[in-house]
Amino acid sequence: MAKINLVINDRKIETEPGKTILEVAGENRIKIPTLCHDPRLKPYGACRVCLVEVEGARTFLPACATEVIDGMVVKTNTVPLYEIRRTIVELLLSDHELSCVTCESAGQCQLQDLAYELGIEENRFEGEKHTYTIEDYNPLIERDLNKCISCGRCVRICEEVQQNSIYTFANRGFDAIVTTPYDRSLIETKCELCGQCVSTCPTGALTEKMSRYKGRIWEIEKVKTICPYCGCGCELEIQIKNGEIVRVSTDVESGINKGNACAKGRFGYDFVNHPNRLTSPLVRKNGELVETSWDEAIKTVADKFSKIKKKHGSDAIAGLSSAKCTNEENYLMQKFMRAVIGTNNIDHCARL
Amino acid sequence: MGKIDVKEEQNRVFICTGTGCILSGADRVNAAFKEEFKKRKISEIDIVQTGCHGFCQQGPIIVIQPEGIFYPMVSAENVARIVEEHLLGGKIIDDLLYKDPSTGEKVPFYKDINFYKKQTRIVLRNCGQIDPEEIDNYIEHGGYEALKKVLSEMTPEEVVEEVKASCLRGRGGAGFPTGIKWDFARKASGDVKYLICNADEGDPGAFMDRSVLEGDPHSVLEGMMIAAYAIGASVGYIYVRAEYPLAVKRLKIAVEHVKKKGFLGKNILGSSFNFEIKIKEGAGAFVCGEETALMASIEGRRGTPRVRPPFPAQSGLWGKPTNINNVETLANIAWIIINGANKFAAIGTEKSKGTKIFAVTGKVKNGGLVEVPMGTSLREVIFDICGGVKDDEEFKAVQIGGPSGGCLPAEFLDTPIDYESLTQTGAIVGSGGMVVMDESSCMVDLARYFLAFTQKESCGKCVPCRVGTKRMLEMLQRMTKGESNEEELVLLENLAQDIKVSSLCGLGQTAPNPVLTMFKYFRKEFEEHVKEGRCRAGVCSELIAYIIKENICKGCGVCKKHCPVGAISGEKKQPHEIDVAKCVKCGICMQHCPFDAIYVAE
Ligand SMILES: Cc1cc2nc3c(=O)[nH]c(=O)nc-3n(C[C@H](O)[C@H](O)[C@H](O)COP(=O)(O)O)c2cc1C
Ligand code: SF4
Ligand code: SF4
Ligand code: SF4
Repeated sequence: MAKINLVINDRKIETEPGKTILEVAGENRIKIPTLCHDPRLKPYGACRVCLVEVEGARTFLPACATEVIDGMVVKTNTVPLYEIRRTIVELLLSDHELSCVTCESAGQCQLQDLAYELGIEENRFEGEKHTYTIEDYNPLIERDLNKCISCGRCVRICEEVQQNSIYTFANRGFDAIVTTPYDRSLIETKCELCGQCVSTCPTGALTEKMSRYKGRIWEIEKVKTICPYCGCGCELEIQIKNGEIVRVSTDVESGINKGNACAKGRFGYDFVNHPNRLTSPLVRKNGELVETSWDEAIKTVADKFSKIKKKHGSDAIAGLSSAKCTNEENYLMQKFMRAVIGTNNIDHCARL
Repeated sequence: MGKIDVKEEQNRVFICTGTGCILSGADRVNAAFKEEFKKRKISEIDIVQTGCHGFCQQGPIIVIQPEGIFYPMVSAENVARIVEEHLLGGKIIDDLLYKDPSTGEKVPFYKDINFYKKQTRIVLRNCGQIDPEEIDNYIEHGGYEALKKVLSEMTPEEVVEEVKASCLRGRGGAGFPTGIKWDFARKASGDVKYLICNADEGDPGAFMDRSVLEGDPHSVLEGMMIAAYAIGASVGYIYVRAEYPLAVKRLKIAVEHVKKKGFLGKNILGSSFNFEIKIKEGAGAFVCGEETALMASIEGRRGTPRVRPPFPAQSGLWGKPTNINNVETLANIAWIIINGANKFAAIGTEKSKGTKIFAVTGKVKNGGLVEVPMGTSLREVIFDICGGVKDDEEFKAVQIGGPSGGCLPAEFLDTPIDYESLTQTGAIVGSGGMVVMDESSCMVDLARYFLAFTQKESCGKCVPCRVGTKRMLEMLQRMTKGESNEEELVLLENLAQDIKVSSLCGLGQTAPNPVLTMFKYFRKEFEEHVKEGRCRAGVCSELIAYIIKENICKGCGVCKKHCPVGAISGEKKQPHEIDVAKCVKCGICMQHCPFDAIYVAE
């Protein structure tokens, strides 16, 4: 592919066409702040903190939405840009419920991080603040509009990625706000509670109810794993505190899912530490299920299969395999049914 | 006034039925004429309902043709006299004639009135001259000749070149060269292309597009057809403000008429050109006039602007190449085709060609629509054409370009009105709103008014505009109440600058303009509000008090009777007093005091 050359902050950079300034800067470890950007979504250019100076341009340009061109000279760190970023963050904070002390997102909030980076100790702006009381009685997603910065990421991920379009903006000017159809609770809409919106929200406006007060981001250990639910194989980050799962997150930079996940992957982890979860095999003795060893359990199954096969033939047995298994396990399952049991009665739940 | 030669069969009564005249009673005048004609069994004299004449302050307006006798402010009661004395008697009715406000002389002929004499009417060429609901009337006036010429004699490239050569620039606000825009759209590749006429006109105080649509809708349609032919568009949309019911109605009639004449549809006038026009009523938001928001609105989405590029010419309506032009821009096109680019380019200044319509309102004697060559000075428009400041008060400022524009003081009265000169001052040509102010206008209050508008109309997408204009508005509100300080004055200016350079679309980028120009030219007034708690115009009610001068008050009690909140007390024949705590500062007492004993203290 044709190469193009550009300069960012006096550094000469070679790259391919078709990328945005933000992408190229990121690849070269030049940090440009963003709030409304998510690599999973189309460029939106609304928060204006990624504005950069481009030589020859009439105005500042949003790095997230401006493609690089050959010979471009970009500056990301000038005093006027710093001033604008500061003003924008102060403006956002002037209409924000500053409850960072107990906010679920403290430590992983892009607004907090940016305010810190810009060293905003005092806010020059003050005035009316919104106080919304939203009671959304869905079991999973907490919506606190007093922390919403109207970045539109939830609106866009639900539309662009989930194709579900639950959220939209209502009202104009200062009162513009994200809402649901007729202001209803998410469970009264077509929402699938996939949590994609939570995963993209840069602030504490959308958080997981199940994780409330369970653990700060700096207290937890993140373990990357593959989601056990289906054959897609999405990568998940299991967040663990004291040996217990407190939250499941995703990483937009890795895995085949690139940060996306569904309701099961994101919220279906309570079985892991559930008291009713089976941790050893059971066999029925005298009408009662009792714990046993794996050896005995497998032997019992093998004996019973043999008996049935002898009496009724191989086709009296059928196998149904699970999407929670790996490809290899599923392969073995069908091999077992065909070669050992001797039947073609093998199917898979994903076909149902 | 002498008797003139009136040939009855030629007489026609032109009644203006623009929104302005209808509001001042044109419908009643119209009905009275019909009634009178019926009573007297007159059938040879036509009554023609025309569009707006632009001289809205003088409505209802009637013009008796063919001589062009102008009667302003006609009431239904005057009609019998006009029929009797003028139409039948052939005598001009002296006392109903227009009186020039500066000379005091009667001016019988339409063409001699200063308001019209000094205008150059290209866009408004037919407004007030034809019946906008009759396509044949438009055709009699040379309508659709340009379309015929283009389809039979010119290639699309030649049309684009002609418009380029005319140097016509977009009248919707940004002033982008129309020919160049068409060239982009023409060269863009796409199976379907769209042409959009932006008739959203949301600027408070602007009504030129409305008047053109109401008074001469076909000129806009013809412009659209020529533009569509030039860029290769097969479908056109008119995005028209829903709050303009008369414009919508007349557009619908016009589209029906052109369809019947075969100017729309397939193989128009025997050529290979196909074109249809759809009318889409607006969503009632100022921001929907911004081109990307407008397209979102047509597509049925929330009208919010998006980042450009891609520009509409690359990816517009439903992702297809799209060209968007303003009503006034399009209404120039047929004239340019017929009269030639050179003739158009001969009008105006070096970089701003042709004419521009301004909607002059506020404290001016003869407000209305004024079409002048680019480069005309503000003084000529405000004083020569519009007769100067009302009641001969002192001129204080003129706000040009509405909420996106700037406010200029008297020293700029000789500034030529063109894109470059106005931009240099901090104001803009914009859509052409012009509000004239005298000393009774408070700049801080006016800034607050415009900010309240832009804040309310902000789409809320980007932070500087959504939250920034709110904070600006709050600061200005505090200033009008005397609750601000000098630091805030500096902060306001800084914030205004930041919003200007960091907002996503033109709304936010221009919202600080009124404040910034007022800061530049009327800073003292802001300082007075902040430092001294003083409003020299006596507008900011929390900074003023109404006081009764004891030595002048005769104790007549008139003020007491009129005060709506009972704030005035006093015995008969004794000096009265106003209770400051109760007073709501409506000023009614001052208006009624027969002895001028009440004054405004700052
Ligand atoms: C907030 C905002 C409101 C606008 N409103 C209008 C409008 O009402 N009518 C209009 O023609 N252009 C309006 N514009 C300008 C349009 O975006 C666009 O530039 C114009 O329609 C292009 O036509 P022109 O090149 O013929 O001027 C507006 C722009 C902004 C930013
Ligand atoms: S949970 Fe999923 S479906 Fe529901 S609103 Fe969020 S993104 Fe949309
Ligand atoms: S809820 Fe979160 S993601 Fe949605 S607009 Fe608000 S801050 Fe952005
Ligand atoms: S500048 Fe204002 S109107 Fe324009 S996109 Fe931003 S918020 Fe919306």
